This record gives sequence, structure tokens and C-alpha cells, in this order.
Amino acid sequence: MRTIREIHDAFDSGRETPLSLTERYLGKIAKSPHNAWITLCGERALRQAEEQNLKLKSKHGGRVPREAEPLFGIPLGIKDNLVIENIRTTCASRILDSYLPPYTATAVLRLETAGAIPLGKLNLDEFAMGSSNENSAYGPVLHPTHPDRVPGGSSGGSGAAVAADLCFAALGTDTGGSIRLPASFCGVVGMKPTYGRISRYGQIAFASSLDQIGPMTRSVEDAAVLAQVMSGVDSMDSTSSDQPVEDWGAIVRALGDSPSAKGLRVGVPAEYFIDGIDPEVRSAIEARIETLHAQGAAIVPVSLPHTRFAVSTYYLIAVSEASSNLSRFDGVRFGLRPADAMRSGGLREFYQKVRANFGPEVKRRIILGNFALSSGYCEDYFQKAAKVRRLMRMDFENAFRSVDVMVSPVAPTTAFRLGEKSKNPLQMYLTDIFTIPASLAGLPAMSVPVGTDSGGLPIGMQLIAPRFGESSLFRAARIVEANT
Amino acid sequence: MSIRHAGMPVDVNTRFETVIGLEVHVQLATESKIFSSSRARLAGDQSVADEAVNSNTDPVCAGHPGTLPVLNKKAVEYAVRAGIALGCAIRLRSVFARKHYFYPDSPKGYQISQFDLPACGPGQLEIELGEEGEDSRTIRIERIHLEEDAGKNVHFPSYSLVNLNRAGVPLIEIVSAPDMRTAAEAGAYLRKLYAIVTSIGVCDGNLEEGNFRCDANVSIRPEGAQGFGTRVEIKNVNSFRFVEKAIEYEAERQRQVILSGDSLVQETRLYDAQKNRTFSMRTKEEAEDYRYFPDPDLPPLELSPDWVESIRKTLPELPDQKRDRFMQTFGLGRHEAALISSGAETARFFEEAVALAGAGAARTIANLMNGEILRLLNEENIALGESRFTPAALAALAGFIAEKFVSSTGAKQVLGVLFREGGEVSAIIDREGLRQVSDSSALEPVIDRVLEANPKQVAEYRAGKEKVIGFLVGQTMKASGGKADPALLQEILLRKLKG
Repeated sequence: MRTIREIHDAFDSGRETPLSLTERYLGKIAKSPHNAWITLCGERALRQAEEQNLKLKSKHGGRVPREAEPLFGIPLGIKDNLVIENIRTTCASRILDSYLPPYTATAVLRLETAGAIPLGKLNLDEFAMGSSNENSAYGPVLHPTHPDRVPGGSSGGSGAAVAADLCFAALGTDTGGSIRLPASFCGVVGMKPTYGRISRYGQIAFASSLDQIGPMTRSVEDAAVLAQVMSGVDSMDSTSSDQPVEDWGAIVRALGDSPSAKGLRVGVPAEYFIDGIDPEVRSAIEARIETLHAQGAAIVPVSLPHTRFAVSTYYLIAVSEASSNLSRFDGVRFGLRPADAMRSGGLREFYQKVRANFGPEVKRRIILGNFALSSGYCEDYFQKAAKVRRLMRMDFENAFRSVDVMVSPVAPTTAFRLGEKSKNPLQMYLTDIFTIPASLAGLPAMSVPVGTDSGGLPIGMQLIAPRFGESSLFRAARIVEANT
Repeated sequence: MSIRHAGMPVDVNTRFETVIGLEVHVQLATESKIFSSSRARLAGDQSVADEAVNSNTDPVCAGHPGTLPVLNKKAVEYAVRAGIALGCAIRLRSVFARKHYFYPDSPKGYQISQFDLPACGPGQLEIELGEEGEDSRTIRIERIHLEEDAGKNVHFPSYSLVNLNRAGVPLIEIVSAPDMRTAAEAGAYLRKLYAIVTSIGVCDGNLEEGNFRCDANVSIRPEGAQGFGTRVEIKNVNSFRFVEKAIEYEAERQRQVILSGDSLVQETRLYDAQKNRTFSMRTKEEAEDYRYFPDPDLPPLELSPDWVESIRKTLPELPDQKRDRFMQTFGLGRHEAALISSGAETARFFEEAVALAGAGAARTIANLMNGEILRLLNEENIALGESRFTPAALAALAGFIAEKFVSSTGAKQVLGVLFREGGEVSAIIDREGLRQVSDSSALEPVIDRVLEANPKQVAEYRAGKEKVIGFLVGQTMKASGGKADPALLQEILLRKLKG
């Protein structure tokens, strides 16, 4: 069973129940070697599943209430930077090792209201800072099919768990590519909505102006359904948008099994097809562009001239916001408070002993961010980056006058080896070179699997749509998926 | 070597002037906190001290991971009201910024404030100076910005605890230009500002609970100097009197430092009211780099001109407008009208009493309120609203005074009884025997006795020393038990002395 529709049909026929499905997933998780999970909430999940079993029989006459609860009985994994009340949330950081949040994230609440069952919390790079999931205080996540490889990051646990069928779908978060990259490396669908589509309330912030929650699934249709359930304005997040949410699930379903690409204008940004892309990745993406053309899509070369500033702009903004967002982890109200901190001579020493528990990548970004915001440097760094960001947004606005979506590789390579880039932060940062621009511009973007390289490692194609253009994004993604 | 300060040579004979700018934190009287749903304001007669520690918090104001601020519209409305009342330009687009510093009472490690784009731009405030308020000066206001309050650290010998009940309570910070030159001007500015923010209903005005807190920037320079001296910030003084004393102390301290040949340090100092001195808290070098940047969790605050206009229309009469109306309508003097209009409660009380007693009684009522009533209230340190005085009682008393039923001395006694025990004015007058003697046949024998008992003064008066009349009036008033009508008394007394 690969889609929610198939699961629901199995529930209807009685071949499967929410409880049997949940039990089976919990059993698989217990045996999995991937280190994809940090915390499981098995008892809670089984309780929810039992209730649904009862409800299915007594209230719904054995028929899944698809309209009211489009995710009825669907076991999910939740990235461990999203809070669920009283379920340990760590952000893969020692500093939050025993943290029990007093509330539940809006996105999770909406999924649960739609019938989904969270199985537990998925591993990630500490505070979502990383591209390989090697920066976790709970150890790296292993690639689902190649255990010597990374699953990509920061939503590495989510990518690996969905690919290895340890949950039916998962939530990731994407700041500069953290959903799309692991989706590409693991061979699943990953979608980052327009900034403001899904409430960030309950997402532990890394870089607030870039962070977005999104689904990681095995099909475009399921991604559409999950995104649709989570989207819409939230009174707890002032940056959430009241733009109407269309029925993306229905849009994808309506396309059927062999959708035509007729009328679709596909932009190919010249700046995303640079030297240094793995030739196998390049040819897989180019072959897919050819297929789209053959299916009736218009292929249009476009230019995003400020792309070359993307990585430096992104890292200035992201680290600045991160240094600010991570100030609250001070050991005063919650989280880790080591015994030696309590023996501090003064406040400064207390903070030092508490905050020494951040991992090296987090510390690096806090230091860089504080520097970029400090008096005398803010104008040259943070403020200049904010200006370049506006230029990049305009690049996209201009290019989207002539196309509906843009396509590119998600990353220059397929999944790399564990340890291959962890000694060289700059090389690691360049992994996100193609995903960062859409993040800076706040655009919806997706990774759709388009095949594997000669070593069997998945290759993902990135699709980018204009702001609030999720309908075209899902449509194009379904066309790519159906022709793969 | 000669000493120079603010670009000029100075010595012991130099006349210095003090340059003062004030930053006032006004707690807004909204029901909920500025970015979350917890209460910001205590109900009825509850006090902050009675509130259970950390009982009034929520995940947002406690800075839990993943929480986001959502702006309280009422706080914006109150800031705009204050801005309009202070003649400020209201910015239709303002931006919230994060101000970073580590301290346990700051749950997020930053305070949400406003930096380069505050809610209100320049405005001004007119203050009255001199015994009778005869001089006025305009003090420029640079800006008003919205921000959240911090929690409170409570220190014990070997540890500290944090109370977050106050964290996230909305504040506006009103920043003046360095336009004040004396402690008295600073005091007048604060009192006037206090009168305005309380009369327009944006602040409850409870000084003990820190509703209105002041930081003073103080420097001195030789009179005539163009530049400024090194400035010192005196933090968090919450009584008008103490602000004045702290400024006086600080100006003199700076003068002595300069004259001793030392240079002043730019620093933050605290005022110790018991010792009446300031002491250093931190120097500029120790100051934090706040690393301000626009808060990405809050979109820019956009206001429509129509909305601002609707706030302007609902603004109640301001103290200055009231003062002018009281002067025109009731013929009050500027100083007495200003006193009556300085507090919303006082002005309302006055107007109610005048409505009952008639406009002719306005001056009498104003005199009673600014005189004996104010004295009694100050003595016991209570507010007019908390006292037993009522507008009806005051109106009745003014009526008795007008009809010469009771003398001004008698009226004071009535007020004393009202203040201590309450009761009917006419009953008090009768019970205390304060009904004024306005009957010459009753007064004449009393005056005769006084003249007989004081032959020396009578002789002096007749020899041309007319000043002794005061003594004789006093003696007669005393002999009448304070009940004599002073005008009648004077008339009879003069007739008898000249006759």
C-alpha cells in the first residue's frame, strides 16, 4: 500500500484497521537500524488507534470518514523540532534532552484532528542545522538503502523513515532545503509550502523568516492532502497567511494516471545547471525535462541572475535569526540545567555551562549570527543580506511572468558518504545551493523522485512555483511523478 | 592646567546648567499581555503583591520553544492614544525589533521592542513652572515606542528566583529630548505626563506597582555652552520627588567630579532614596550590544489613517483643554484651574460638585479642593476617590459658605470631620457649633470685650499703626469660636475703633 487512498480502501474492506496498521509500524520501527527516531509515543498512538477502530465500527459503519477525517488512521512521524504536548521534544540537542512541551504545534493539531496518528519524534540535525543529519546529539540517521551514506538533512529522520516504511508519512521542516534535500537523497516526495501557508506555532524556530513545515510522503497526492490539512491562517502565528487553500488532493486526483503536460510552461533556470553537478544527476533531470516536453509542456529558458549570492545571503540571514532564536535556551525555565551549572559563581558562568551543551555546528552559527548582527557590522552583513534577498525575490517574480513552474536538480549530487563533508562546513553549505533561493523568496517548492544513479542512489527533481502557487506545483509534480 | 568641560574652560566660579532628558515607561492598562493571552492587569483592588508567583503566565510569555508573539490590538490603540495626546506624529507603519540581552527575567533572551521605526514620532509637552504656574516651557518628545515588560528576579542569599507574572505586560516608552534644565522642570514634565496618560485611560497610574517608571539622562555644562557634557543615565526611579532629588544630587556630583579635574564616565547609575545618592551600576564599556534587528515573527504594524482618526475622535478632553475650559467657564485662575484639571478623578469630582452647587460656587469649590482637601489627602496619602468626600457634600458646603452660614475656618473644620468620619454637612455644622454669626447684635458684645481686653493694641491703632487690626480680628474670631462672619466682624471692628 503506497497511498492514503489505498490504506483507506483496506480499512473499508476490513483487511486492515488503524490499530493493526499502527501496531505493524511500531513493530517495524523497533527492528529498524536507521536511528530515524529519537522518541516514540507508542502507547499514545495505540490508544488513538484503538479509539479509531471503535469509531470506525460504531459510528461510521466500517466506512472511513474520508471527508471529515482525510487522514483517518494514518500513522505519521513528526520531526523532533515540532512540539506535542507532554511528549519529549529535543530538537536533537542535549540542551533540550528532557524537555516536555506544554502545548501542541498547530500543524500537528490539525493533522490529528484530521485523524492522523503520530508514532513518535524523528531525528534531525540539531536545531535543524545541517544537510546530512550528522549533527544530531542522538547520532546520525542512516540512509534507508545505503547505510554508509547520509539521508540528507536536516529532516533526515523523516526522509529515512518514510523511505524505509517506518511510518506512512512524516512532517519535516525546511529552512534552506531541509525537506527537499533528504527527500531527494532518500527517494521520497518532499514539499515546502509558501512561507506563511502553514502555521509555525509549535515549530522550534531556527530562522523564523525562512522556516516552513511540510510533508514528506511516498506520493504527490499524499503530500497534497497533508499540506492541505495543515494550511490556512492560524491566530497563534501572525506570519500565517489567510490566502484561500484549494483542494490540492482533488486537483492531483483529477489528473489521473497519465496526465498531460499540455499548456504547462516549465522554466529552466540557467544558473541551476552549472559545472560541478554530478553528470548522472544532470542527465536524469535533463531526461525528465525532455519527457515533459514530449508530454506537451513548453520548456522555457529563464534566468535568476542573483543566484550566485544565494548561499552567502542565506547563511547571513539564517545564522542571524538563529543566534537570536536560540537565546532562550538559557537553562532558566526549561531544558538542560547541568549539575555543574548550579554550582556557578555567577550568572555569566551559569550561562556558559548551560550553553556549552549546544553542538559544534549550532555554536558556530550562534557565533556567526551574533557577529553579523553586532553594532558596526550589522549594516555590512545582516542588512546587506536583507537587500540582496529582495533582489532575489524580484528575480523570481520576473521569471514567473513567463512560466508556471521551474525545474532543477534538488542537489548537485546524490547522497554522499557519512563523514565525507562533515569536516568542511563550507562544502556542506554548498549542498543547499539549489534549494536556498526558493527559501529566501518564500516560494513553494518540492522534490520529486525521478530515478536513481548507477549506484542505486535516488535522484530528486526540484519544482518551484510562484508564491501561493501550490496548485500549479502539485499539478506539475504529479505530471513528473506519473511519467517516471 | 585649566579644566575644560563641554568645550569651555571651567572653575569654581563657573555657573553650570543641568541638561535632562527623560525616558518614561508607562504600563498600558490593557486586559491581556502585549503578545499573549495572560492577564496584564489586576482586577479591582488586587495588588501585584497578592498574586501567586508565576500564576499569570502562558507558553508564549514564558518564552517556550516554538511559541510566537501575536500583537494585542488594544496596546496599539493605547499607544496611538498617548501619541495623539502628546501631539506626536503617528506612524502608519512601524516595526517591532528584537533587543537582545541575557538576564533571567528576560524569557526569550531578547525583548520585543521598537527601534528605528517606533509607533509615534516627534511631539511635545507644555509644562508650567513657578509658584503660580506663570512660566511655561515646551519640552519636545522624540518618540513613543511599544514594548514588552520583563519579569522580575527575586534574590535570596544563595540563589535567585524568577517571577514571570509581569513578563509581556505592555509598555510604551516615551522619550523626551534633552530639553529640561532643572530638577523642577523634570518634575513638572513627569507630573504633566502622568496627568495625561491617566486622564486618557491608557495607564492605571499606580506608582507603587511601577505603572509609571522613569529613567533620567543627566549631564551638566557651563551656561552658554553649545555642546553637551558626558551623560549619566539614572535608572528606574518611580517617584516624582525622588527623580527631582536624584537629578539634583547627580548634577552636584558631576560638578564636583569636573572641578576636581577628573573626567566623567558615561554610565548607568542607580538612585538610593534612603541615602539620597546615586551609585554606579555599569559603565558604557560594560553595556550590552543589543544587536537590534526586525522581529521576523511580527509583520510590520500597519495602521490606516481612518483608524487613527477614529482614535483621535474618541480621545477625552486633555488636562490642558480642561484647564482652559475651567478658566473660561468658571473664572478660575490658571494655577488653580491647572491643579484641578491635573488628575482625571479630581476634575470629575470638581465638575460634579459644580454641577450640583452652580457655577457661582466653582471658585469656592476649587479653593477647598486645592487647599484643605488636598492637604488632608496628602497627610494620609490617599486618593480623592478613596476618601469619604463626595461631590454632593462639597456642593452643600460651598452653598453654606456662600450664604455665610459657615466661615472659611469653620469650613475647614467641617472638611476635617467629613474626612475622618463622613456625614451630612449641615448636621456637622450644627453638631460642631460652626454656624457662623452673621448677626451684628450678636457680634458687638464680643468685639467690645476684645477691645476692652486689649487696650494697648487699640491705642496703637488709633495712633496710626493700622497693622494691629489683624491681631484684633484674630482675637475676635477666636472669642467667637471661629463662627464670626469675617467681613461683618471687620466692618464692626473698624467702626468701633474709628468711632
